[in-house]
Amino acid sequence: MATEKTMGKPNQQVFSDTLLDLAQNDKDILVVTSDSRGSGKLVAFGETLPEQIVEVGIAEQNLVGLSSGLAAGGKKVFAVSPACFVTIRSLEQVKNDVAYSDRPVCVVGISAGVSYGLLGSTHHAIHDYAVLRCINNIDILAPADNFETEQVLRALVEHPRPAYIRLGKQAMPNLHDPATAIFEIGKAIQVRPGTDLTIISIGEPTPHAVDAADLLAKEGISCRVISMHTLRPFDRDALMDAALNTRAIITVEEHSVNGGLGELCASTLMQEGIQIPFKIVGFPDEYTINGDQETMFKHYGISGEGLAETARKLLGVRI
Amino acid sequence: MNAHELRLKSIAYRKTILEIIHRGGAGHTAGSLSCVDILNVLYNHIMNITPENFNKINRDHYIQSKGHSVEALYTVLADQGFYSRDELLEGLNQNYSKFIGHPTRKVPGIEHNTGALGHGLSVSVGLALAGKLNGYTYRVFTLLGDGELAEGSSWEASMSAAHYKLDNLVVIVDRNTLQITGRTEEVNGLEPLADKFTAFGYAVRQIDGNNVEALADLLGTVPFEVGKPSLLLANTVKGKGVSYMEDQKAWHHKVPTDEQLATALAELDAARLELEGIR
Ligand SMILES: Cc1ncc(C[n+]2csc(CCOP(=O)(O)OP(=O)(O)O)c2C)c(N)n1
Ligand SMILES: [Mg+2]
Repeated sequence: MATEKTMGKPNQQVFSDTLLDLAQNDKDILVVTSDSRGSGKLVAFGETLPEQIVEVGIAEQNLVGLSSGLAAGGKKVFAVSPACFVTIRSLEQVKNDVAYSDRPVCVVGISAGVSYGLLGSTHHAIHDYAVLRCINNIDILAPADNFETEQVLRALVEHPRPAYIRLGKQAMPNLHDPATAIFEIGKAIQVRPGTDLTIISIGEPTPHAVDAADLLAKEGISCRVISMHTLRPFDRDALMDAALNTRAIITVEEHSVNGGLGELCASTLMQEGIQIPFKIVGFPDEYTINGDQETMFKHYGISGEGLAETARKLLGVRI
Repeated sequence: MNAHELRLKSIAYRKTILEIIHRGGAGHTAGSLSCVDILNVLYNHIMNITPENFNKINRDHYIQSKGHSVEALYTVLADQGFYSRDELLEGLNQNYSKFIGHPTRKVPGIEHNTGALGHGLSVSVGLALAGKLNGYTYRVFTLLGDGELAEGSSWEASMSAAHYKLDNLVVIVDRNTLQITGRTEEVNGLEPLADKFTAFGYAVRQIDGNNVEALADLLGTVPFEVGKPSLLLANTVKGKGVSYMEDQKAWHHKVPTDEQLATALAELDAARLELEGIR
């Protein structure tokens, strides 16, 4: 049952701590940055392992193309840059030089989603799931908490392959007990059991989904919460189980409602012939409001109360 | 505006930049201080851009490619009467406000949405080319960071600018030799920068980019050569005007504390008194 959530670190801090730990024992691990080591929390990495960091300056296309070449030369490469730039500015390099050419580069998008808040749309990455979903041969991962972040990274170092990891800037609450939780790329984790409805969440909205489940529990509504940390390979079974064993599905993502987790779930269900009350929560197809991440989340219903209200409406419950 | 008035303006602008960043709790402090003398001279001495003619096409145009130094631009636009200083002071970096951390066209006086580096030059080239195609007399001014020059698009745009002989285009590089990680020459070497720009077809000039008098004189002579785009390498100091911020990479995106703000404002007031000869 609902254990008190403890506060962790920003996922990008966990990423850099874990990578430093791994790289100290593996000379082939390289970090490539584009004037982004500060925001990527990689200053300590650069000072400790100066031979294992490559700087290219403010040149994100070069960052990804060069990383592909380093991978071709036998290196295990992590190309780290703000998600907003590395998934759009460098998209052709990601498509051709990483995915299509099948080079095991891990593209790491930092300060992802709307982490950059009031820096505005140029700095938001709410398109990345959509564009990458249309490109074959690259895993898409967005860990929700520190545990998932560390596990994703360890798995990718063990089995390097084309991958994209999306990481946010804020400290994240811990969602899992590292002693008992099991992490596998492509296998969703159930954070809360439930029978009335399911919230399927990816990335930083996941703690809000848990909050919603807690609120709903007080009203006698049993809400399952699934952390869908991997968008590709997609855990179809977790979705189907939710569709068959609960009465409604809400998806939530720090992304446009177009082309992300929600539409992936919707099209999967539809092609299985399943009809179920269903709602995609994310950023609508319009100029978003100006605000910090918290304000934007709240405004667009990515909050415990917002998701609980969506759930009540979907189930036809009045309080 | 004469040199003395321009110097006083620069001091007033620096104070506003620091005040709005302090109040808003975020901002690209040092980069705004490094380029504000350039913006001062452009808006008060060189360009014919006013709130009254802003909706017309045949007036000068300014596109700030290094969008992160938006606080300098907001400050100068407030002084030009596009909105009030109070509105800016209260609005910068607030939820639901239009004064966000990069330029957007929702703010009066702003010509183009920037913030992702390496876009402004291409757009400026297009605007300058449209001017030629339409037979307009306007000029297009654009400001780039030096770290920003690593973006390949800057060099693609430069080739177009020379190819179309855009002598109505003035490119100014804020050469403060710093970017986030450190010195440009250590991060991704740019030198010999003037030679590179010359080879790409610009008429190149170099100047102390924090000297308003020199800037006013030189920018008054554009185009530097007929038939070529003009490029001004403005040698500046990042954080200029506040002793403890000058040439310090740490101030790229840092907000002064109450105490630091007070020290900075006192320094700037002292500089003003000295200028006014009232000491
Ligand atoms: C395409 C892109 N990549 C990265 C950034 C993040 N960023 C903002 S400012 C900056 C450093 C800019 O350095 P420089 O161009 O020298 O500007 P200045 O020193 O004048 O502040 C970086 C990397 C960005 N805004 N856009
Ligand atoms: Mg610079």
